[in-house]
Amino acid sequence: MRTFIINVGRDAADGFSGAAGGVAFLGEVCCGVAETLRHPEKLRWRFVWYYLELCGRKSVPIVVYICFLMGVILAFQAAVQLRNYGAELFVADLLAFSVLKELGPLMVAVIATGRAGSSFAAEIGTMKVDEEINALRTMGINPCRFLVVPKLLAMVVSLPLLTVIGDIMGLAGGLAVAVSYLGMPAGVYISRTFEVLRPDVLYMGVLKTVFFAVLITLVGCYRGFASSSDAQGVGRAATLAVVNGILAVVIADAVLTLVYMAWGY
Amino acid sequence: MAEAENIIDVVDLTVGYDGIRLMENLNFSVSRGEIFGILGGSGSGKSTLLKHLIGLYRPFSGDIRIFGESMVNAGERAKRDLRRKFGVSYQNGALFGSMTLLENVAMPLEEHTDLSREEIKEIALEKLRSVGLEKFADYLPAEISGGMMKRAGLARALALNPELLFFDEPSAGLDPLMSADLDRLILSLRDSTGTTIVLVTHELESIFSIIDRVIILDRESRGIIDSGDPRLLRTGSEHKWVRDFLSRDGMTLAASSVRR
Repeated sequence: MRTFIINVGRDAADGFSGAAGGVAFLGEVCCGVAETLRHPEKLRWRFVWYYLELCGRKSVPIVVYICFLMGVILAFQAAVQLRNYGAELFVADLLAFSVLKELGPLMVAVIATGRAGSSFAAEIGTMKVDEEINALRTMGINPCRFLVVPKLLAMVVSLPLLTVIGDIMGLAGGLAVAVSYLGMPAGVYISRTFEVLRPDVLYMGVLKTVFFAVLITLVGCYRGFASSSDAQGVGRAATLAVVNGILAVVIADAVLTLVYMAWGY
Repeated sequence: MAEAENIIDVVDLTVGYDGIRLMENLNFSVSRGEIFGILGGSGSGKSTLLKHLIGLYRPFSGDIRIFGESMVNAGERAKRDLRRKFGVSYQNGALFGSMTLLENVAMPLEEHTDLSREEIKEIALEKLRSVGLEKFADYLPAEISGGMMKRAGLARALALNPELLFFDEPSAGLDPLMSADLDRLILSLRDSTGTTIVLVTHELESIFSIIDRVIILDRESRGIIDSGDPRLLRTGSEHKWVRDFLSRDGMTLAASSVRR
């Protein structure tokens, strides 16, 4: 019993100290962003391009596969049920709304968390082991400006673009099922999709991913900075970056869905 | 004779980390132009003390004044300004793996000066030349040896011509010839530019060939067990452990450690 109480107390203390560390990190990131806005010439564009490549271009194949298959699975499930009521045409409605509003942004964010979030944590964690973070601090350079801002910028640019690709592939998956399984002419499916979709559905879905990009980057980088200075610590940081990143994205998605509903979307 | 100006003043400093106090009530000063050594056995807190001196850790109590300004009470911005006045050479160089040696050395100049790209390149090449690495300017850190990484780290620490340089175990992991080369480099740096140098080491060769004055940390008493000219302490220290440490012939120290 005593051990249990001690462990609960220790976990609570760790939780508080982790929260304090998170707030301090957020403060440093804000300073880093402000410094970058004041001195944009000091932004290392080479790093921004590198992360655009890593988080954007190199993520395209996996986004294409997963979102296409997600569209296929969703369309199959919908077709099986809607066929009972002779309402196969509404597969297009279901796909259009669910992919563009929720599943597209969410799936792309989960993929980005697995790829970029873990990579950010591992990179920064390794730099910490090698004393590169200490070197930055002792050179009078804010590590967040140097390490987090390029990643943040690259993610904020690449995630919405990936989401557009993911949305298109999700709809394409639905189209493939509609044509091959339901025998629906492609023109009918496509015109129905355009009929029900308003551009703001796409925009609001894509806007979500800007928030997701910020969260994934911050969680990944924070986990890297907070990792212990050993190989296992870096491994744990990468795992936590993914776990916490997905949790943060899902919570943010729930909150944004409520906000959008309140706004009438 | 005028008293030498103190570059570092450590006053009643208690250091440690994660709630563990390693050293208590440390008091010492480092004078301008001096090569000052922080010595001690393994786990005595040498590197921890160094991390406090360069402002990476916050002490439990006491003060560290560098160039007369408190490192402990300074805000983040003031601390950053203060750090620009000194250089730190890390044990393994702490170079940025995605940047070439030239880019690594140029980085402090790009961050803290308004020099043109060409001027920065020229200075960075000059610094690399001073450590014998100008031919490796376009190499990545992963493409050079450990000793070269240390020298490149030193070139980066020198980029802004600091008046004060900190070294963490500069000779660790180097062969005796390379270690002697690095010692000569440190000595010539002090002699040619008057840079004040603080180094953490337990390499006897370095201690006797380049260091002017040392403090010796003791884990058990959590304080400075002795201080002064290492050549005099080797035979003249009151503490047997210090005499053994500085006249280390392996057996003596091992026997002494076992007894302790």
